[in-house]
Amino acid sequence: MDALFLHRIHFGFTITFHYLFPQLTMGLALVMVAMKTVALATGNERYNEAARFWAKVFAINFLLGVVTGIPMEFQFGTNWSQFSRITGGVIGQPLAMEGVFAFFLESAFLGLFLFGEKRLSPLGHWGSAVMVWLGSWISGFFIIVTNAWMQHPVAYRVLPNGTYEVTSFWQFFLNPWAWLEYAHNMSGAVITGTFVVCAVGALYLLENKFVEHAKIFLRVGVILGCIACVTQIFPTGDLHGRYMAKHQPAAVAGMEGLFHSQPGAPIVLMGQIDEEKQTIDNPLAANGVLSFLLYGTRAAEVQGLDKIPRENWPQPLPLLYYAYHIMAGLGTYFVLLMAVSAFLLWRGKLFTARWALWPLMLSFPLPYIANTAGWMTAEIGRQPWVVYGLMRTSQGYSKYVSAGSGLFTLLGFMGMYTVLSILFIVLVYRIIDQGPDLSSVAPDPQTAMAKA
Amino acid sequence: MGFIWFWLVASMIVTYVLLDGFDLGVGILHPFIAKTEEERTISVRSIGPVWDGNEVWLIAGGGTLYFAFPLLYASAFSGFYLALMVVLWLLIIRGVSIELRSQIPMAVWRTFFDGMFCFSSALLAIFFGAALANVIRGVPLNSEGYFFLPLWTNWLPGVDPGILDWYTVLGGVIALVALAAHGALYLAVKTEGNLQARARMVAQRGWAALAALTLISLPASMLVRKDMLNNYRAFPLAFAIPVIVLLALGGMIFFSRKGEDRKAFASSCVYLAIMLVGAAVGLYPRLLPSSNDPAMDITVANAISGPHTLQVGLIWWLLGISLALIYFVFVYRMFRGKVSAGGEGYGH
Repeated sequence: MDALFLHRIHFGFTITFHYLFPQLTMGLALVMVAMKTVALATGNERYNEAARFWAKVFAINFLLGVVTGIPMEFQFGTNWSQFSRITGGVIGQPLAMEGVFAFFLESAFLGLFLFGEKRLSPLGHWGSAVMVWLGSWISGFFIIVTNAWMQHPVAYRVLPNGTYEVTSFWQFFLNPWAWLEYAHNMSGAVITGTFVVCAVGALYLLENKFVEHAKIFLRVGVILGCIACVTQIFPTGDLHGRYMAKHQPAAVAGMEGLFHSQPGAPIVLMGQIDEEKQTIDNPLAANGVLSFLLYGTRAAEVQGLDKIPRENWPQPLPLLYYAYHIMAGLGTYFVLLMAVSAFLLWRGKLFTARWALWPLMLSFPLPYIANTAGWMTAEIGRQPWVVYGLMRTSQGYSKYVSAGSGLFTLLGFMGMYTVLSILFIVLVYRIIDQGPDLSSVAPDPQTAMAKA
Repeated sequence: MGFIWFWLVASMIVTYVLLDGFDLGVGILHPFIAKTEEERTISVRSIGPVWDGNEVWLIAGGGTLYFAFPLLYASAFSGFYLALMVVLWLLIIRGVSIELRSQIPMAVWRTFFDGMFCFSSALLAIFFGAALANVIRGVPLNSEGYFFLPLWTNWLPGVDPGILDWYTVLGGVIALVALAAHGALYLAVKTEGNLQARARMVAQRGWAALAALTLISLPASMLVRKDMLNNYRAFPLAFAIPVIVLLALGGMIFFSRKGEDRKAFASSCVYLAIMLVGAAVGLYPRLLPSSNDPAMDITVANAISGPHTLQVGLIWWLLGISLALIYFVFVYRMFRGKVSAGGEGYGH
C-alpha cells in the first residue's frame, strides 16, 4: 500500500461515513420546517408533536455529523498538505466562510430549537427551525463551492510562489458547476430525509401504532419526496450531466463505460465493465440514447475513452462505472416509488395500501447508497486530478506523513466509527420504538372509544 | 494585511479558548465536583446548549487560518499529524459523551460517559496547551517549510524535539489547571447550593497551583525561546501584559473568595486572553518558528495568501463575525441564569 493510496482511502472512508449524517440533517431540517409551518398555520398540535419527534432523531444525527465533520476540515492539512498549501488561498475561503456563516448560525439556533421551545413563542420556535434549516443548507453550499472549484476551476490566477489566488469573489461563487452540483446534491439530501420519514410512518401504520403521526410523516414525506425525486433527475441531473460532458469528457466516458468515440452512442443500462479488453460484458443497451441525452440528437458523437490519454483515465475506472450506474438506477426507482405513493396519497388510499407501505418502509437505506454512489461518481470521475486539469492527486498528499502513519490513523477511525454506528443505531431505534410523545396531548375521543 | 490577519486569527483562537475553555473545564471537573445524578445533570446542562457553538470557534478559526496562511496550515497540520489525529478522536469522544449520556437512564451508561467526558476534556486541555508550547519552542522545519514530529524523543526542547518535552508538558499542565479553574468559576456562576460551594472551593485550591505554574512559565518560555522579549523591548508598552496577567490572577481569587462569581469568571477570561496575547506578541511576525534555523521560520510574510483574497476576506469576515456575535449574545441571554435539573427540552 503506497502513501497516495492510503491518503485517498483515508479521506474517502472518513468523508463517506461523515456524509451519511449531513444528508439526513439537511433533508430532515426541511421536513421539520414543513411540519412546523403547517402547525403554525393550522394550529394542529399533531404537526408540532411530529416535528418534536423528528427533532430527537435530528439531534443525534446532527451530533454525529459534527463530530465526524471536524476531521474533514483537519484532513486538508494533515493528509493533503501539498494540496492545501497550493490552493489554500482559494478553497480555504469557502471553508472559512462555512464556519463563520453556517456553523455559528446552525449551532446557535439548534440550541434554541432543541432546548428553547418553552422559552420561545410559537413563531419564535418556528423561526429557530428555519434558521437551523438555513444554516445546514448554507453549510452545504460552501462545501459544494469548494468541491466545484476542484471539479471545474474558475476565477483563479497563479501567484509568483506557485500558489493559487481567487481573482473574482463573485465569479468564484457563481461557478455554474457549483450551482448545478448544489441543486443536485440538495435534492438528493431531501430524498434521504423524506425516505427516512416515510419509512418510520409506514412502519407505524403497518404496526398500527401512532397512527395519526404516521399519517403526517407520510403526507409530508411523500409530497416533498416526490418533488425531490423528480427534481433529482430533471432538471438537476440532466443539466449536470450535460455540463459535465462538456467539461469532463473523461469522467462521462468512464461513467457510461464508453471506450470508443461514436455517433449515436448507446446508453448501457446494465452490464459488467472489462477495462482490459475495453468492452462491456452482457450489455443491456439502448442505441443512440446517450447521444440524445447529452446533446439532444441521436446522431451526435460522444467522446469515448479512446480520445483520452491512458494516464488521464479516471481511476479506478470500474468503480466509477458501477457507482454511476447504481446512482442512476436507484434514482429511477425512487421516482417510480414516490410517483405511485403520491398518486395513492392523492386518491386517499395510501394509508391502507399495505403493498405500498412495505416498500416505503424498506427503501430508506437506498437514498444513502445513491447519494454515496453519486459522490463517488463525482470524485472518482475527477481523477487523476485533485484540481481538474491543474493539479494531480499524486501531487497533493502530505509527503512527510508515511503510509504507516496513515494506516494507523485510518484503522483508528474505522474502529471509532464502528462504535459510533452501533450507538447511533441503538439510540435511533429507541426513539422510533418509543414513538412521538403523547403525554402533552388530550386523549382523542375516537381513539379512546376504540380502545374501550 | 498580514498584521491584520495575524490578529484576526489570534482573536478567534482567544475566543475559542475563553468559550470552549469553560466547557472543557466543566468536563475536567465533572465527575469530581458533581457527585449525585442530579448534580451531574446540572453540570452537563450548564454547557448543554452552548458547547457546540463554542467549538465552532475552533472550526471557524481553523478555516480562517487555512484561508489566510495556507503554508502554516499545511505545514503544522501534517507535521503534528499524530497529535492532531488524537485531538480529533478526543473531540469525537467528548461530543458524544456530552450528548449521549442522558439518552439512556442506566447508571452504567451514564457513569461510562461521565468518565469519557472527563478523560477527553482533560486530555484535550493538555494537548492544546502542549500545542501552543510547541509553537513557542519551534519545530525542526526543513527548507520546504515542512516537518514531521514524533510524539516524544528525549523530552528535551533541543534542535530535534518531540511534540512532548518538559517545556511542552509544562504548557499542557498549565492549560489543564487554567481551564479547570475557568470551568470551576463558570460552574459557580451557573449553579447553586452544594455544587456551587464545591466549584468555588476547587477554583480557589486550583488557583494556588495556577499562580505557581504561571510564575514558572514566564522564565521557562524565555529560556526556551531566547528572543521572546524582542518585541517587548521594541514596544515597552507590551510589558503591561504580564502586569495584567498578574492582576487578573489576583482578581480570580479576590472575587471568588467574596462570592462574586461573575467577576471572578471575568478575571479568568482576562487571564487566559492576556496569556495568549502575550505569547502572540512574543511570536509576531513568526507563525511557526524553526527550532534549528531562524531563516526557515514560517512567518506572516512567507505564509500569507494572495492580496485580493485577503481584501475581500476582510469584508465577509467582519460581516460574518458580527452576525456570530449577535447569535452568541442572543443564545447566552436566552439561557442565562442558574441551571436546574427539572425537565425541559430533550436529552440532557
